Order: sequence, then C-alpha cells, then structure tokens
Amino acid sequence: MASVTIRDVRKAFGNVQIIHGVNIDIADGEFVVLVGPSGCGKSTLLRMLAGLENISAGEILIGDRVVNHVPPKERDIAMVFQNYALYPHMTVADNMAFSMSLRNAPKAEIKERVDKAAKILGLEKLLERYPKQLSGGQRQRVAMGRAIVRDPQVFLFDEPLSNLDAKLRVQMRTEIKELHQRLRTTTVYVTHDQIEAMTMADKIVVMHDGIVEQMGAPLDLYDRPENLFVAGFIGSPAMNFIRGKLGSGGFMADGGFHLPVGAAPAGSDGKPVVYGLRPEHIRIDSAGVPAEVVVLEPTGSETQVVLRAGGQDIIAVFRERLTAKPGEMIPISPSLPIAHLFDAETGKRLVA
Amino acid sequence: MTDAALPRSAPTRAPIREATAWDRLKTNRNWLGFWFMVPAAAFLILFLAYPLGLGIWLSFTDTRIGRPGEFIGIENYEWVLGDRKFQDAVFNTLFYTTIASIAKFAIGLYLAILLNHHLPFKAMIRAIVLIPFIVPTVLSAIAFWWIFDPTFSIISWTLKEMGWRTTNINFLGDAWNARWSVIFANVWRGVPFIAITLLAGLQTVPPSLYEAATLDGATRWQMFRHITYPLLTPIIAVVMTFSVLFTFTDFQLIKVLTNGGPAGATELMATMSYNTAILGGKIGEGAAISTAMIPFLLGAIMISWFGLQRRKWQQGED
Repeated sequence: MASVTIRDVRKAFGNVQIIHGVNIDIADGEFVVLVGPSGCGKSTLLRMLAGLENISAGEILIGDRVVNHVPPKERDIAMVFQNYALYPHMTVADNMAFSMSLRNAPKAEIKERVDKAAKILGLEKLLERYPKQLSGGQRQRVAMGRAIVRDPQVFLFDEPLSNLDAKLRVQMRTEIKELHQRLRTTTVYVTHDQIEAMTMADKIVVMHDGIVEQMGAPLDLYDRPENLFVAGFIGSPAMNFIRGKLGSGGFMADGGFHLPVGAAPAGSDGKPVVYGLRPEHIRIDSAGVPAEVVVLEPTGSETQVVLRAGGQDIIAVFRERLTAKPGEMIPISPSLPIAHLFDAETGKRLVA
Repeated sequence: MTDAALPRSAPTRAPIREATAWDRLKTNRNWLGFWFMVPAAAFLILFLAYPLGLGIWLSFTDTRIGRPGEFIGIENYEWVLGDRKFQDAVFNTLFYTTIASIAKFAIGLYLAILLNHHLPFKAMIRAIVLIPFIVPTVLSAIAFWWIFDPTFSIISWTLKEMGWRTTNINFLGDAWNARWSVIFANVWRGVPFIAITLLAGLQTVPPSLYEAATLDGATRWQMFRHITYPLLTPIIAVVMTFSVLFTFTDFQLIKVLTNGGPAGATELMATMSYNTAILGGKIGEGAAISTAMIPFLLGAIMISWFGLQRRKWQQGED
C-alpha cells in the first residue's frame, strides 16, 4: 500500500488544456473519490495516474516514487474499467490470472491467489465461465477480482458502476466499500454520481473544468460547500439558489420575501448574494414565507414539492406526508440557524 | 391550472372496416417473406444450383461439343484419375492454394495490423492498399505478363542495371519459376481482401482490452498473442475459407499468364477442366475434373467450420 501525491498536474491535448494544475494528497489506505460532471477531467486524471495518458506538466508520486515516466505495469496499480474490459475469450479464472501468467508465476501460486480473490468476491462457482455467460454485476466482480489478484498498492476505479441498473449499483457500492474496509488498499475512484461519492469516500475531490473546486470529507462538503458549484453538485435534490440582497433585516429575496441568515457577514449590506437552501432543510412554519405548491411528488418515504415564492422555484423535501394540493399556499421557513450565503458575482461562500 | 383543462367533446370517428382476406394475407409475415425470398432463390437456382447439377450430371456422360451424350457411369472419373496430367493438376492446385493462402494470410495480417495504427494519411494508404483488389483480374494478369516477360521484364532489367545479373530471368518458361510467378501474382491480388477484412476485425476489438492488458503487464507481442489473435480467429476463419476457395478455383490469372504452361507446370484443375471441356470438346471429362474439385472445397469448408469458426466464448447462452 502507498500514498499518492498529485502535484500541480496539467494535461493538454494539443493546444487545449483540460487539466489546469491539480494538487491532491491521498493518504495510505484512503478511499478518494474524484467527482464532477462529464468533461471535468476526472477520468483523464485517473488515466494519467494509471499511466495510460502521459502527464503534460507536474508530478505524480506513488509512495515516494515519481511515476511520470514509469510504464503502467511497473506502477503497481490495478484498474477497474467502466466497461470492465474483461477478455472475452478467457474464462473468469484466466481473466483473473492473466497478469500473473504473463509474469510466468508458478501455477500453484496463481491458483491460490485466484481462489482467494474469488472467495472474497463470491465468484467460486463462476471460475470456469466466460464473461458472456455472466450478468453485469458478476462481470463487475470479476473485474475487481482481476485487480485484487494483483495485490496492487493502489486501486483505480473508472466509473465502475455506471453500466449497472439502479438496484445493482446500490448493492455493488456497498460491496466495494466493504471490500475497501477489508483490504485497506489506497483507492482512487472516479464517478459522476455524487451519491456514490458521498456514500463511499473518505475524501471527495470535486472537479470542474479541469480544476479542483473543493476537497474534503463528504459531510464537510455537504455542510460547508465553498462555492456555488460544489453547493449545487453535492446533495440530491440539489440545493436551491435564491437570488437577492443582504440588508439590515437579513436576506431580502428578489421576489420580495425575507429569510433569516443567522449572523450576516460583516460589511455586506446591499450586496447581491445567492442564498443556498437545501430542500431537506425547509420546514412548514406558520410564520414563514408563503409559497405556492406547483408540483407534488410523493415517493413514499418522503414528499418532494416544487414551490414558487416571489417568482423563484424552490424545491423542498418533507419527511411527513403532505395533504396540500397544487395551487395552495403553504408557509415555509429554513430549519437551520445558519444559512449558506454565496457572493453572487464570484460564487464564493461568504463567511460571517 | 384547473380551468386550463382539455376540452372533452367526443370527436366523430369513422367505423372500423372489417379485415378482408387480402388484408390478412398482406400482413402475414410468412406469406410476405416467401415472396421476398423468391427473387433471390430464383437467382440462386438458375445460376448456381442448376449449373452445378448439370455439371455433375455431365460428368457421368460422354457428352462432346455438338453431340449429346449418354450415361456412362463413373467411366470419366476412372479415366481422369488415371491420367498423369490430372494428377499433376491436383498437385499444382494444392501447391498453389497452400503457398498462396499462407503468404496472403501472413502479409494481409501484417498489413492490417500496420494500418490499424495511427498513421499519417491513413485513409489514403487504406485506399491504395485496395487497388490490387479493384483492378479487374485480367488487367492485372496482363500487367504481370509484361512484368514476367522473357525479354522486356522490368524485374530482369532492374537486376541487370544493378549489376546483379547478366541474363534475363525466364519467369514463365521454367516450370518452378512459372509456379512461383503465378503464386506471386495471386498473392499480390489477394492480399487487399484479407488485409481490409482483418482490419475491420481489428477495429472491433475494444481499446480498453489493450489498456487492461497494458496494466496487466503485457508486452506488444503478448497482446497480439493473447488478445488480438484469439479475438480475430472467427474473422480469420471466414476470410481464409473464402480465400482458399477463391484460390483453389482460380482461373483467370493462370489462363492469361501461362495458360497452364510450360508443359502443364501451372495447370490447375480449373484451367484443365476448361481446356478439356471447352477447347478439347470433351464436355463429360471436363465436367468430371470440375466435379473432382468439390471434395477438396468441402474439406476446406469443414476444417474452417469445425476447427475455427465458432468458439465457446462467442456463444451467449448460460
């Protein structure tokens, strides 16, 4: 096992620079998730770490060794691909053994390691099957098995769950997390799904347009997003952004209603700001802002409501069942004492 | 919102017509399928099955040009099998097919792998590779006829200019020279088909497999040996079956270049059949020579069918 250090790494394809100086420190045994919308450079960064793309500038270290010019097979990493990249003409056992048989490892050792990996993943009965004869989840497990057999210093996952159906995705998510808790191998995991990031990561790196927007523990990102991008990206349904101004009476929305802000940032009177309000942090409060119910979406465990107040749409999620009908007015207010406030121009978080 | 609901007046609809027998026939897939199949079937029966059947029938008769024959059993075969010229033609055909097919496969695969890499002017190079395939066989045969000409051969000329030889090479006048020369011409013509087909096959191999293999520590050669080649076998089987069949039945190239000469050294079964039946007028014997090719061709198909084509990993069943 090893730590990974990414120092001011840049990547350009021709004249187009797509990663603009990224710094990430990954501790030994940590599970780090790179998350961001498509095209943000997260997969490219992972491929640079794997050695499948060269590094235009900066340094990547695995352990204390700079690997910029080390060929992939000598980096002591294993990667799980989005489409699994299983060799279709080899059985499950041969797929997992391929890296070892290339190195002419003794047969007994290969068998021992493959059997061990198969046992960890519950693949014992499938060892003689071909990839075509497996379900999506089983293929996913074989791809992980191939990585485990190599006993690498770092696991790399490139959107490994995006080809699975929703139910299986949740199940495999738990399995990968459990696997990491058991093996404690340093893991870098790329996804565009913030729920995967939130549930699995020790540390989340939110990327956007080739830069790191914010990096930290999942709940820190949820509680204290540093800018509008992170605020909107982490959390589902996404945070509501209400435009308005700060005044002496707190926050005055553009539509003409007030919201409490707790402690207002100093010297920000009259400044245009964005008030971030998570859907799950809205409660019904008879003294609150009247809002019109536009759409009601009950999911059973909770009710998602699209509300309109002062011409701005606000999404709210209530744990209790709501009897309101579209067109009715309900009074709402934030349920947290401290509001997320962002500078409307820079998008940066305003600190009181 | 509620007052914007859709108007609910009932629209007037035409009554639904009863389905006639013709309607039912029109939408019957089997019936339609039969009629769609008829043109293709007619074509195959008229131009493939009928001539094949006729050829086999003729091989059991003593038909000559201008005289309808009678059934004579396997007499033609007895005569043909005992004929030294026929035995030579079988040897020539097998030699020609084996050597040319191996050479075409090796060069075709090499070219395909080369063209699969990122080269400058890739599209143009691929187009150039196809040229030998699109030139009519007779034209390329005539070109090779000049290249192999005993007096004006460009090869002889070049070698002499470079001082490596003092005399012309007798390409088509010497038995073994002629055999190698026609094989060379056949390979030149056949390589593009194999190269382009295998290139199409190479492009179906997902790049992520090579990336996975790179991380697994495979060298270039190991990637070819353990990934490219096994994944290509189904296509190799198909393309090589076709190539062997076409080479075995080759006619045009030999007819133009050597006409089977010198002294029968390049006589293939196909040219011998033609020379016997059409030029020699002995239709029955010529047909027997043609029919004698069928077991060889079936054998080639069987080998590829059972040995190469379908692998367990390609089948999707559990």
